[in-house]
Amino acid sequence: MSERARLALRYAALAALAVLCVGPIVVMLLTSFKTQVQTFTTELTFFFAPTLENYRDVIFDASFGRYLVNSLVVGVVATLLTLLLGCMAAYGLARFSFAGRRAIAWATLMLRTVPLAVIAVPVFMIWSNWQLTNSLGGLILLYVAVNLPFTIWLLYGFVLQVPVELEEAAAIDGCRPWKTFLRIVLPLIRPGLAAAAIFTFRIAWNEFILALVLTDRSTRTLPVAASLFVTDIGVEWGKLMALASLIALPPLAFVFLAARQVISGLTAGAVKG
Amino acid sequence: MSTNSRSNARAAWFFVLPAMIVMFVACLYPVISAIRLGFYDWSMGTPWAQAKWTGWTTFEIVFSDPAIWRSLWTTLKFAAVSVSAEMFLGIALALALEGNLRGMAFFRTLFILPMMVAPIAVGLTWRYLFDAQFGLVNALLGVFNVAAKGWLADETLAFAAIIVSDIWQWTPFVFIMVIAGLAGVDANVLEAARIDGARWWTLTTRVKLPMIAHVLAITLVMRLIDAFRVLEVIYVLTFGGPGDSTEVLSMYIYKTAFIGQKLGAASAISVLLLAVVMLLTWLALRMSNPLSDGENRR
Repeated sequence: MSERARLALRYAALAALAVLCVGPIVVMLLTSFKTQVQTFTTELTFFFAPTLENYRDVIFDASFGRYLVNSLVVGVVATLLTLLLGCMAAYGLARFSFAGRRAIAWATLMLRTVPLAVIAVPVFMIWSNWQLTNSLGGLILLYVAVNLPFTIWLLYGFVLQVPVELEEAAAIDGCRPWKTFLRIVLPLIRPGLAAAAIFTFRIAWNEFILALVLTDRSTRTLPVAASLFVTDIGVEWGKLMALASLIALPPLAFVFLAARQVISGLTAGAVKG
Repeated sequence: MSTNSRSNARAAWFFVLPAMIVMFVACLYPVISAIRLGFYDWSMGTPWAQAKWTGWTTFEIVFSDPAIWRSLWTTLKFAAVSVSAEMFLGIALALALEGNLRGMAFFRTLFILPMMVAPIAVGLTWRYLFDAQFGLVNALLGVFNVAAKGWLADETLAFAAIIVSDIWQWTPFVFIMVIAGLAGVDANVLEAARIDGARWWTLTTRVKLPMIAHVLAITLVMRLIDAFRVLEVIYVLTFGGPGDSTEVLSMYIYKTAFIGQKLGAASAISVLLLAVVMLLTWLALRMSNPLSDGENRR
């Protein structure tokens, strides 16, 4: 096989894979622009007169605005808090030795993989006791806690890459640890913070089992609303896909805006780079 | 020196403590409560003071019920089939497509997309794709004269459906990991092997794969952990049905707690799932502990 044919073959394979990966997403988006009748056809249709009817119905629904605001508040606040606490803890674990450090490191890592179904039951119970259910604060606290282990893990690697000499020089100049952290370390781990922000926001924005258990009519997030939509009206595929598309879009946009950070987050801990 | 180390310890706790408190309150404490709850008889909505100590009774009841072993078996099958398919496909594709192709960054970006889509959207989309009457899967099979099937209404086919959606979403993860691992392989070693006359197959199986064995092992365990924890997509796609054909452990826990209202039983099942996942996590950390190697500590 000639070099050229081989190259063509690899591109063909890549293109086929891309179609498989993007295909279902495209179907979701296309369906969201179809009328009820069009979603019920058995024919494969890619060319049709698109309608915005579904988006209009979904967006101008009385509660959509509230769910959207809830989702945004939960996503943004949980992400900011996770980043703040996460980068502090990563710095503390990377740069100081203290009694209990090993135990804390292990506990942090083990907590990263706790199944959400396992904590859903006790959290529901404890939050009810503390009257945190049906409040955005309760959900945010939970999302910060479940995202911290990964964030600390990711940022720890970035802190290690910061030349320790810079911090020592700052300390000699009389910088307190807190100032050294703010002025020297934080600016240098910005790519790590971006990656951590994307992954935390993704969970806080996408998650719906814990949110389903812990929210009510007024504190629901968008994915919870979508999951309840299914049983409510069953088969209005156009509307469902419009709602699904709206939920799916922000994390997808991050991939295009910061693909490098996403990849560094995915491969963190296993691949040096 | 001693005052210095004391102030260092204080600084360390200043940085570490806030995160530890949050993780303890909203993650570790719930996990401990989940285990404890298995020993009590407590109904939702009543004060905890009214909970009755029942000892091992709940565990005995739950573990003698064949349902939990069916659910464990379903989870094992799901993890084994989907993860081995993802590993095989991901590794094969990475080996076939690695190297400095122009436009690779663009394709890689497209491959990440499935992982980032909200589970609710993944579940809904595959539900539409697998729809018996107007789903694209049946339509595509129709092109090859395969009769339309009621995917989500048949026990075996529904199980296949959740595996297909998982493979779609997570094969790219394996691909990205392996590509990243291969990019780190020393080119000199490959060149030396080539000069020694190693052909593609030998080069791949004797040099490349062994050199990224570590990455492969971590990827495998990370995928296994996620496969054992799977819940959201299945919740939307099949809700564990039809029957209990796709009722993985997380789904079983959710149904027992929030539909059956049996919190104690749900906690007992949680202990089983927790044990499996923690064992796998410990294994992963033995291979690579990302919080272990910092030499420049004060």
